[in-house]
Amino acid sequence: MKVHYALEMENISKSFPGVQALKGVTLKVRKGSVHALMGENGAGKSTLMKILGGLYQPDAGVIRINGREVSFMKPADSLKHGVSMIHQELSSVLEMTVAENIFLGREPLRAGFWVNEKKLNEDTRRLLDSLEIAIDPKTKMKRLSIAQMQLVEIAKAISYNSEILIMDEPTSAITDREVEQLFRMIRSLKEKGVSIIYISHKMDEIFEISDDITVLRDGQWIGTRPASELTKHDLITMMVGRELQDMFPKKAVEIGETVLDVRNLSRRGRFSNVSFTLRRGEILGIAGLMGAGRSEVMETIFGLARPDEGEIRIRGKKVDIRSPRDAKRLGLAFITEDRKLTGLFLPHSVKDNMVAASLHRFSRNLFMKEREIREACQQQRERLLIKTPNLNQAVKNLSGGNQQKVLFAKWLLTDADILILDEPTRGVDVGAKSEIYGLMSELAASGKAIIMISSELPEILGMSDRILVMHEGKLTGELTREEADQVKIMRYATGMVG
Amino acid sequence: MQAANAEAGAEKKSRFGMRMFLDILNRYTIFFILLAMVIILSIIEPNFLTSTNLLNIVRQITLIAILGFGLTMIIITAGIDLSPGSAVALVSVATAMFAHPGDYPLFVPILVGLAVGAAVGLVNGAIISNIKIPAFIVTLGMMITARGLAYIVSNGRPISNFSQEFYFLGRGYLFGIPFMIFVLIFFAILSHIILRHTRIGKNIYAIGGNEQAAVVSGINVKRTLLFVYMYGGLMAGVAGVLLTSRLTAGQPTAGDGYELDAIAAVVIGGTSLMGGVGTIGGTIIGALIIGVLNNGMDLLHVSGYWQQVFKGIIIVGAIVLDKIKNK
Repeated sequence: MKVHYALEMENISKSFPGVQALKGVTLKVRKGSVHALMGENGAGKSTLMKILGGLYQPDAGVIRINGREVSFMKPADSLKHGVSMIHQELSSVLEMTVAENIFLGREPLRAGFWVNEKKLNEDTRRLLDSLEIAIDPKTKMKRLSIAQMQLVEIAKAISYNSEILIMDEPTSAITDREVEQLFRMIRSLKEKGVSIIYISHKMDEIFEISDDITVLRDGQWIGTRPASELTKHDLITMMVGRELQDMFPKKAVEIGETVLDVRNLSRRGRFSNVSFTLRRGEILGIAGLMGAGRSEVMETIFGLARPDEGEIRIRGKKVDIRSPRDAKRLGLAFITEDRKLTGLFLPHSVKDNMVAASLHRFSRNLFMKEREIREACQQQRERLLIKTPNLNQAVKNLSGGNQQKVLFAKWLLTDADILILDEPTRGVDVGAKSEIYGLMSELAASGKAIIMISSELPEILGMSDRILVMHEGKLTGELTREEADQVKIMRYATGMVG
Repeated sequence: MQAANAEAGAEKKSRFGMRMFLDILNRYTIFFILLAMVIILSIIEPNFLTSTNLLNIVRQITLIAILGFGLTMIIITAGIDLSPGSAVALVSVATAMFAHPGDYPLFVPILVGLAVGAAVGLVNGAIISNIKIPAFIVTLGMMITARGLAYIVSNGRPISNFSQEFYFLGRGYLFGIPFMIFVLIFFAILSHIILRHTRIGKNIYAIGGNEQAAVVSGINVKRTLLFVYMYGGLMAGVAGVLLTSRLTAGQPTAGDGYELDAIAAVVIGGTSLMGGVGTIGGTIIGALIIGVLNNGMDLLHVSGYWQQVFKGIIIVGAIVLDKIKNK
């Protein structure tokens, strides 16, 4: 019996300046199946999907839909051939309504030119109702939460009635309940013969929903197997190409004196009465749900916002931090959660990004000390194992993990001794994650004090000496490394106790 | 107990009313600024609120507003066009050559004017959408080139002596109202419909709001950009024909600086230079603010030099206000 493939991509290659992103990759998706595409960041998954979505053109290779060869020069071509995509980066027009976004470029018309707003909104309502999404079609996108935006994106992709649906990290911003809802949608689409390509870092999801799994590594095809024949361990081994022993290389470190002492810090409407201390050599994990106010506390400490009440002491001295400049002078570093938005200068080189926060150190009078910069950056590159062809490469061409490492290098060069890390491994692949953990552990051992905000419980449990939990702007619990477990943290994080 | 409830209810109601009032004030700030200007001028200057003067104001802003309609669309796509003023000059001399009495029927000079304007826009749009050079540079080049062409075509001299019908366009009256104002209203409605009620209008907002989203939704970005710059050129054609008739001459110096007044009107009217936001109604109000300001300062005998200073301050002030209220 011959298998019916809805999609065959064969020997696809694609290179970008300085990087061979895909080397002869093959992906075959059976009709009516969920096919998981796995791999570390930078493995080439997104590039492969962008080729399928018509955003990139391959240098070599063939794409066949239902056995017929096609060529996709632009997204409109892919859509025409029944391929639609939920994009990893949310791509909504914020100033337009939900309905306008969903039917962008294919609005129902009256008399051939007049957009039929009534039908537009009714069709959208029907679509959202059928998917059990409770959002008013006439709401402007900018009024929605990130999770709601993601749901709208999902609804939009489904509304094309495509035969092939690409979901690139569709659950990165939505809650468990909504994930359940999404999986119900996926199962019912499958029954209608729709094939789904599913990309996610979340192992549990992959094994719950997918039929087949294809693994890519470093732009190459590693294998395609039925999900039922694989274990998580197999899958990780295929992805990283080596056995992962200890994911969390946390060293026991002698905890020193208090370096940061926050007392009764409040910002109206954001958080109130937050007090904690941080000591030398310590990694302090901060857990909580999205919107608990964790980032806001750190932003306030770093001088990005002014507190309404409370005080901050650094090395025993009361300080008034009015700007990030002040914070930096006091030895604070802040690695923000959104590296693209607030961390890196994407079009600039690796080198320029690394020295961006320590220009005073690398300049004499008006001039930059180019040789010292080069040496310092080279050192960081080797220490952090940053994969880049050279230091002049634009940061936007690096993978997520390597971008994150550049961001670390930037702050390490400032010689800060209090490091605030907000979601330090978000969007970073397994291998780079483990390297970042190693680095954190080493930094703590060398006497730095680290605050780590994270939404990933294994990371919190694996790396922290002490854990603070926040819920709706308040500190609800404090746990030592020994007494903490997932259940206790979740109870504090959801406000059930504390 | 009941009294307390009623009191709470009343307080809630008045709070609600207050919030709605603030909301409206917030949403239509620019309109209220215009209204305030009109009220103040009506009180201190009795000659202001007469039908002659008001019609005069509208006629004075007609050309700026028409150019502004094209620019509104362009700026919503996060683009810019610096060439309308020069395009008006080129249109002016081209139109004038076909408008002499007894040469051609009236539609010929009109069509020539519109075609020249549209052609200027087409070139802008083709370069911007295909070669991806910033619109600022492309239209700056066009601004200089079109002005040069206007001098070449006219040998640097005004072209005059037109047919009676042609004079009517910019100087005639219909039902006691200048004909130009009907043209203004026609293009205001047309532009509004395109922007608000057609697919191309949605595409325009989408491209300025998030170009990537527009691309992945299968929108033809190139064609849309070509359209908006061409429409901008067409508006320069309309303005050029009207101006030539009004001045009774085709002049290579015509329209100097119009692009800046038109951009100012668009921006005062709430269109964001970042793209994605803006309305034709806003642009009309923006143009009226400039018109009322000029007119009011004339009536109050403010010197020409000071008028410039105030105009500049008002433009920036309007944007600052907008920024503050959106915080």
